[in-house]
Amino acid sequence: MSKNVHLLELQTSPHLHKTSSVEHLMRQVIYALMPVCLFSVWQFGLSALALLLTCTIVCMATEHFFCYMAKKPSTLPDGSAIITGLLLALTLPPGFPLWIAALGAFIAIALGKALFGGIGFNVFNPALVGRAFLQASFTGSITTWTPAFSPNRFAEFVPSSLALPFCKPGAIDTWLASASVDGFSGATPLALQKFDHVSTSIGQLLLGTTAGSTGESCALILMAGGAYLIIRKIMDWRIPAAVLGSAFVVSGVFYLIDSSAYPSPFFILFPADSCSVPSSWPATWWVRP
Amino acid sequence: MLTLLNGWRKGFSHGLHPPEHKELTADKAVIRLPFPDVVYVPLSQHTGAPATAIVRPGQEVVRGEPIATSAGFVSVPMHAPITGRVREIADIPTPRGQLVPSVIIEGYPSADQAILYGAPQDIDAMTPDELIAAVQETGVVGLGGAAFPTHVKLKPPEGKSVDTIIVNGCECEPYLTTDHRLMVEQPEAVLKGLAVIRKALDAERAIIGIEANKAEAAEALNKVIQAADRVEVCVVETKYPQGAEKMLIKSLLNREVPAGGLPADVGAAVFNVATLAQIGELLPKNQGLIERIITVTGDGIEKPGNYLVALGSPIRHVLDYVGLKKGKSRVIFGGPMMGATIASWDTPITKGVSGILVLSRGEEESAAARPCIKCGACLQACPIHLNPCFLGQLARVREYERMVDSFHLMDCFECGCCTYVCPANIPLVQQFRVSKQIIREQKAAAS
Repeated sequence: MSKNVHLLELQTSPHLHKTSSVEHLMRQVIYALMPVCLFSVWQFGLSALALLLTCTIVCMATEHFFCYMAKKPSTLPDGSAIITGLLLALTLPPGFPLWIAALGAFIAIALGKALFGGIGFNVFNPALVGRAFLQASFTGSITTWTPAFSPNRFAEFVPSSLALPFCKPGAIDTWLASASVDGFSGATPLALQKFDHVSTSIGQLLLGTTAGSTGESCALILMAGGAYLIIRKIMDWRIPAAVLGSAFVVSGVFYLIDSSAYPSPFFILFPADSCSVPSSWPATWWVRP
Repeated sequence: MLTLLNGWRKGFSHGLHPPEHKELTADKAVIRLPFPDVVYVPLSQHTGAPATAIVRPGQEVVRGEPIATSAGFVSVPMHAPITGRVREIADIPTPRGQLVPSVIIEGYPSADQAILYGAPQDIDAMTPDELIAAVQETGVVGLGGAAFPTHVKLKPPEGKSVDTIIVNGCECEPYLTTDHRLMVEQPEAVLKGLAVIRKALDAERAIIGIEANKAEAAEALNKVIQAADRVEVCVVETKYPQGAEKMLIKSLLNREVPAGGLPADVGAAVFNVATLAQIGELLPKNQGLIERIITVTGDGIEKPGNYLVALGSPIRHVLDYVGLKKGKSRVIFGGPMMGATIASWDTPITKGVSGILVLSRGEEESAAARPCIKCGACLQACPIHLNPCFLGQLARVREYERMVDSFHLMDCFECGCCTYVCPANIPLVQQFRVSKQIIREQKAAAS
């Protein structure tokens, strides 16, 4: 034995491990979200960029803060807080007041995640917890839509973005009037459908040339992100198929009953308003049982 | 070659595709290693009752001579792997980790190592019961790794019968190529053994299941199979754990072995190709199992290959010949998915060891476990459709009974797919192993 200078390492099987990690998965989801984020910035300009950054930074800061308070190693590097921030921002209207967005981001991580014990222990998607909180608390702001492709979008913020805490957002109506193109109503496709019985064309929904939440309007890009996750085997294709399939079937039934009162099931298929599926596409990764 | 792909690849659901690494040794013909100076023959290297030693310290033994007899039906005898003198019967560490009483034989360096035991016997004239007894005498056990006495499988439980014999040539563990080489080099022996088994079981059908990555082996077998043999070679999907008994039955016959059941419950019996080859070789001569083929491979080995070694050879002896690279390494008996690391250079090669894998440090750094993120990867990997992620959570809070009663823990055969895929590095199968052991101990204490 003395001639043997080798050391034996003891470990239980399996001795191989797939080269996958939580970081890897989260990174892929972030990649999948990037096109949507870029498109939203192009579509809505500075306000959307500020909104994305605010939510992401506040989520990361909150995550780090709670790890620090719990005296646990920071879970910041796993990237899940970034996803929560991006998802939250993408579900909010582009001109959403930044201070409320920051509050929502804090709530998302604090109430939606840290309270349950951090990553892996959350019961709900943290981003949607944040969104639900904002929906209940700031109903006015969360339903104020701004037009896409306003000419000055890269030069100035939507006034409501920079509203001071607990102050009424600036004169959004006059800004809307000055900024909007001819005849722009500001209504989202769902609102148009509901109140005016005007269906937005499938082409417009696909390309995202409509008003809506920051990251929901371009169905093509959303689908591309989902496809990326499916191809990289991060997400099971059955999940979006189930969500969209059920939406299609249920709306199809209503459409068959009365096609004048209900929208076509094809209309429902496209992420049309924040109550439908947009940002939960990549996020279905979370809800996989 | 295309003719043997039976139109489509048969497979089971779930499972995974780990990197195979078989190219290191797949083309290397089997070479016999020199006889060691000393062998350690554990009296318990099979499932069932340990054999009873029938030699005394100081006694001279000749290669092939019986040195221990079976203690009951679920037990097998042992034979001397080398010619020499019994030094003592002492405790020796085995691949499974325990210390086991073993016959230690010091070889005579100048002995010619001829096998002087055994006599030809006419297996065609034997009745099934005589065949079963003869198989037990050879000491052959499942050489795929389970080391379950083969003759026991030839006697299905009362009221059950076997209509199909499945020959397992899958070798789904990465790195290992012993069964591959055996099928390529000795296909006739496999068929000979199969004929014996078939007579004993009186089975109608016989299928040899081979993973698609071993087309060469399937070809070699097809070449020697005659129409009168009534054997079909079936190529199945390359996928881990295809070689697990229950998975292979599902793939080939589309029958599912019930939870806690045996293959005989669905009319099947599964035998490893190496097991059959040994029976085919030994039974006509009435000799005992004294050597086996192992794959020695991994990035810590200088001369990876397939070697024929005397059973009981200490690993030190084997590694001396194949060259071990310097540094800290993980020495694994078996494949990387289910094999166990060994703690002593004296650990002997036993009947159930199909390979030695040496991984240098750094190939598999084990990262710290993190919380489960409910990604469901383990659910899609588990070949028997358990819920590893929830079982893992139950194990953490020690709800062992619930694991068994509601989540079928005892059906887990520890293939390790769940741990392999887990992005959070949770040692799932390790937790299940511990949980199962605790459950067994609790049951033993209660009764």
